Amino acid sequence: MSGSWMTTRAWLLMLPLLVVMVSVIGWPLVDTVRLSFTDAKLVGTEGNFVGFDNYAKMLSGSNFQRTLVTTTWFAVISVAAEMVLGVLAALLLNQQFRGRTLLRALMILPWALPTVVNATLWRLIYNPEYGALNAALTQIGLLDAYRSWLGEPNTALAALIVADCWKNFPLVALIALAALQAVPRDITAASMVDGAGPLARFRFVILPYLVGPLLVALVLRTIEAFKVFDIIWVMTRGGPANSTRTLSILVYQEAFSFQRAGSGASLALIVTLLVTVLAVAYAALVRKAAGSTA
Amino acid sequence: MERKSPLFTVFVYASALLLAIVILAPVLWLFVMSISPAADLSAKPLRWWPQEVDFSRYAMLLSTAENSAGAAFVASLWNSLRIAGMATIAAIALAIPAGWAVSRTPQVGWSLSVVIATYMLPPVALSVPLYMGLAWLGLLNNIFGLALVYLTILAPFTTWLMKSGFDSIPREIESAAMIDGASLFQTLRIITLPLAAPVMATSALFALLLAWDEFFYALLFTSDLRAKTLTVAIADLAGGRVSDYGLIATAGVLAALPPVLIGLVMQRALISGLTSGGVKG
Repeated sequence: MSGSWMTTRAWLLMLPLLVVMVSVIGWPLVDTVRLSFTDAKLVGTEGNFVGFDNYAKMLSGSNFQRTLVTTTWFAVISVAAEMVLGVLAALLLNQQFRGRTLLRALMILPWALPTVVNATLWRLIYNPEYGALNAALTQIGLLDAYRSWLGEPNTALAALIVADCWKNFPLVALIALAALQAVPRDITAASMVDGAGPLARFRFVILPYLVGPLLVALVLRTIEAFKVFDIIWVMTRGGPANSTRTLSILVYQEAFSFQRAGSGASLALIVTLLVTVLAVAYAALVRKAAGSTA
Repeated sequence: MERKSPLFTVFVYASALLLAIVILAPVLWLFVMSISPAADLSAKPLRWWPQEVDFSRYAMLLSTAENSAGAAFVASLWNSLRIAGMATIAAIALAIPAGWAVSRTPQVGWSLSVVIATYMLPPVALSVPLYMGLAWLGLLNNIFGLALVYLTILAPFTTWLMKSGFDSIPREIESAAMIDGASLFQTLRIITLPLAAPVMATSALFALLLAWDEFFYALLFTSDLRAKTLTVAIADLAGGRVSDYGLIATAGVLAALPPVLIGLVMQRALISGLTSGGVKG
């Protein structure tokens, strides 16, 4: 069979997927770009061409800048905590102990819990009047009076980060565990014979096996955290006093609550650009790490 | 084998216990709330275990009596099932030919890379035109419309999984069948697809989980019981004026049950999927 017929056949087989992808992803993306240069409303008016007005307005607005800072905090702290907790949990699960298989199976639980259910669960735990966190902390004497964890601007973001970490660190742990199990036993044994202590062993023997998979997890989690919407919407809707408002929440408010499709679209594209920069930077990082450990 | 000191063993068991508590406590508390009488949940000091176990909320939510909390819950459950089911079937139907084509003809692989790259697009970048498009088609607040939108998430993912699945089936088996006179269609149907059945099942389960979990598009594109999904219904409950927190917890347990069961059953596939993703990027 000739190569060109093979290629034509392959394109024909891919056609249904490509048609659907162009209509539900390609076209909307292009149309978002078009809308971002107009003052269109979500319903009704088509809008007029306004050039870069939307971008200028959004980028210079204090809302965007503050939201960018909040999103960055959320992403950096939650992903960093997930990485550290994930690796620690994986190191533990890589030890021999009774009940290890069961514990490893339990790690699936937070991952499998739907995001909205997780958010709802933590919202109940943080409840200012009847929540389990207030009850537990006062009963063991760490807290004098009940607090409104999600209702105070200085604790709300931290409370959200805890809820997000709880759901996502087990995934990092499972990825790291799979990588740990690929470390050949004789290499760790040899390093011990050579007198390497636990820390040196982790740094020079185990870490090289972890770097690749962990970087991938880091990329994916950072991009996810930057796009975060669900958990915040359910727990705080961006409040109190906009202290937990992230970029996706801001786009939602602009485009759907205020129905300003044009400026909402420009904001959405700014977010897309930021995510793309992250993805490209990380892809380069992953390639470099893969090159240095291989 | 390395000899571990007793102190180290104690440390390992203490850490394992701590990890188990961290993982289990929130989930168990969700379940305990769902079976505690309302009075216990608002008691101070809080009762950590119900005086009387009360399963009545499960019956309440799963009842279909007119205008009850149950009717709304069951309707959204049914919507979620239908939307996730339709989107999964459509995604797999698109993924099988496309995944096979890319697996056997690497020259077209770049187009799949483009499709997969869209996976990192924030949904907000597509949401406004999708809203306008669905409105124009009359598909807002419609389960078919939402299932169509879910293909933005499910189709790239399932195609990538199916492609890796086909990669592991040797193409020599296919050529042998073709030499014996089978057409391409027969070869795929008789030889390749049965061998790819496990991957297909894994992809379908992943797709179901993704669709079941989705919230953002469902929040934007549905408005009442005709299309509202379970995630939106639960967010409504959590954000609304429901005074019985146990009822919210019960809805959460019921919504979490299918994905948790799937997750526990397909642990192995899940972990190998994660790690192959980790290796291949």
